Amino acid sequence: MLFFENISMALSSLMANKMRALLTMLGIIIGITSVIAIMTVGNSLESTITSSMQSMGASDITVYLKYKNQEVETGASGMKYDSVSKTREILESDLINEEMIQGFKEAYQDSIVGISLTEVTGSGQVVIGKNYANVTVIGVNKDYFLSTDVKILSGRTLNETDYLNGRKVALVTDKLVNNLFNGDVKAAVGKEIEVKDAQGYSHYTIAGVYEHQENPMMVSTSSEKDINTYLYVPLKTAQSRNHSSGGFESISIIAGQNADSNQMILDAKNYFNAYYRNNHYYDVGAFSMSSMISAMATMMDTVTLAIGVIAGISLLVGGVGVMNIMLVSITERTREIGTRKALGAPNSSIRLQFIMESMVICLIGGMIGVGLGVALGIFASNLLGYPAEPTIFSIILSLGFSMTIGVFFGYYPANKAAKLDPIEALRYE
Amino acid sequence: MGQESEKKTVIDLHGIIKRFYIGEPNELEILHGIDLNVQEGEFVSVVGASGSGKSTLMNIIGALDRPTEGSYYLDGLDITKAKDNELSRIRNHKIGFVFQTYNLVARTSALKNVELPMLYAGVGKSERTKRAKYLLKMVGMEERMQHTPDELSGGQKQRVAIARAMANDPAIILADEPTGALDSKTGRLVMDIFHQLNKEQRKTIVLITHSNELAEETERIVTLKDGQIISEREGSGERAVF
Repeated sequence: MLFFENISMALSSLMANKMRALLTMLGIIIGITSVIAIMTVGNSLESTITSSMQSMGASDITVYLKYKNQEVETGASGMKYDSVSKTREILESDLINEEMIQGFKEAYQDSIVGISLTEVTGSGQVVIGKNYANVTVIGVNKDYFLSTDVKILSGRTLNETDYLNGRKVALVTDKLVNNLFNGDVKAAVGKEIEVKDAQGYSHYTIAGVYEHQENPMMVSTSSEKDINTYLYVPLKTAQSRNHSSGGFESISIIAGQNADSNQMILDAKNYFNAYYRNNHYYDVGAFSMSSMISAMATMMDTVTLAIGVIAGISLLVGGVGVMNIMLVSITERTREIGTRKALGAPNSSIRLQFIMESMVICLIGGMIGVGLGVALGIFASNLLGYPAEPTIFSIILSLGFSMTIGVFFGYYPANKAAKLDPIEALRYE
Repeated sequence: MGQESEKKTVIDLHGIIKRFYIGEPNELEILHGIDLNVQEGEFVSVVGASGSGKSTLMNIIGALDRPTEGSYYLDGLDITKAKDNELSRIRNHKIGFVFQTYNLVARTSALKNVELPMLYAGVGKSERTKRAKYLLKMVGMEERMQHTPDELSGGQKQRVAIARAMANDPAIILADEPTGALDSKTGRLVMDIFHQLNKEQRKTIVLITHSNELAEETERIVTLKDGQIISEREGSGERAVF
């Protein structure tokens, strides 16, 4: 019942000393502002990194060829690293070959969806008249599109015959179409293009146009016109252009929905390394994006929390300021307290009144802090080039925390007020 | 006067002793056994020079303090055994204080000041406001209900304070030098309000004062000296000319 009365009493006593109230709040404002801003920036960084990693295929397990660990040395800095004493260029025979891949597919057919294979032929340029477009020609197998979403805008995607016969067809981006065909995605389909790269010229017929996805991790510095996009061709087409025998330095295993990716990493390592037992130079390693994402996310969380805690210390300092000013206020208002007691206010009402006052100070400070913190967080994360995402959680947490500070640092002064002797308080000059 | 037998005792002090302990060995006895009865509807004044123990007696009558020895029944309630929160309730419901220095709560309108005792008594908002307005009208302050204390003159403040003292319809009004800070004209006005409350509403009033002239206005004068009642007599009823 006394709740609203107390709030209005608290507000009126704050209004009576606006400057003092503001200065008292300052500590809380600064504390909350920095906590919110840091949490916002931290969250936006984390979600940006996570989402971009996910778009790269989080559940995919990359199996890659690497130098065999030979011995472990301890460096001068005390860090342990794998020393590589004997090196040799990768030979055809070192590569992960079709036989191993087929064997793995059969052995783990229940837990994998597919194996994505790529063969890059290189970067080049498509020129038509005065117009040009930069591309990276990349040969892909059918499974590649299981983990990489490609939105076809017109035409078709690569089909079985393309893959089987290594036909010279390609999927191009709408960006390329913008540069070469004035953005007419329908007209582009069926056109033949000539790609000039380090190896010379190669010709492809456009089978379909897909939508270009900006990779948020790699902020492009080149202009729209110079943007480099992927030109997808069937794997076999790229291999024959590279005169490749069909081996890979790395492959991507697309795990099924219910597969345990950590187990899959171990299985893949064990399976493929069996082929490399007698290879003195190379074996394979494996990792998944999701394991990296979770490691990254944990690290980001820890860093954000640590900085947040440091910022939180300023909240404690602010709280001490609030307590100090409450003690001053109570001394100034001793007679008022005496009067209230004479009029029949029980100790609990006096205590509540001053706790509410300190809570109101902290809560108003907290709200101003949230406002400033959100603004600062959005500003800072935009400055960093990442979209801002202030979380409701951090706002509620901050407001809750500032109220707790109000109660915690208000309790002692309020209790002191409640315990004043009414006679002495009434006589106080 | 024919109803005298029906009158009940509002203040019943018996053998009140108050000692203060200022440091363990130094005990100081301020009141040495006070016996005092005040009937319902009486207008009593307690007079005495400073140091006579008036303030200490007032604090005990006002339930702000407990006697060291003796018994005190206020409107039938035993004050000597009451705990702090019970004393708060008793002050809230049974006693209306009027102080020399008004003691209105600063930055709070006259209306809110009068509502304050009702707020602590748990009276609902609309009823509180209604009664506060009625009381302010009674003391002639209806025009200035929304004014804060620093916008009011001394006499106006004291009228608000009297309205506040009446808020919970207390058993007694305890006025401690209510005209002490006022000029003669406004002092007269304030005293007239007390007479009016006593006559029209049969309110029991205890007036604490050092002024014999003022005490003469009341029905009974209790004179205190060195912590003892040295005389009790009827007042002349003559209104003091300030």
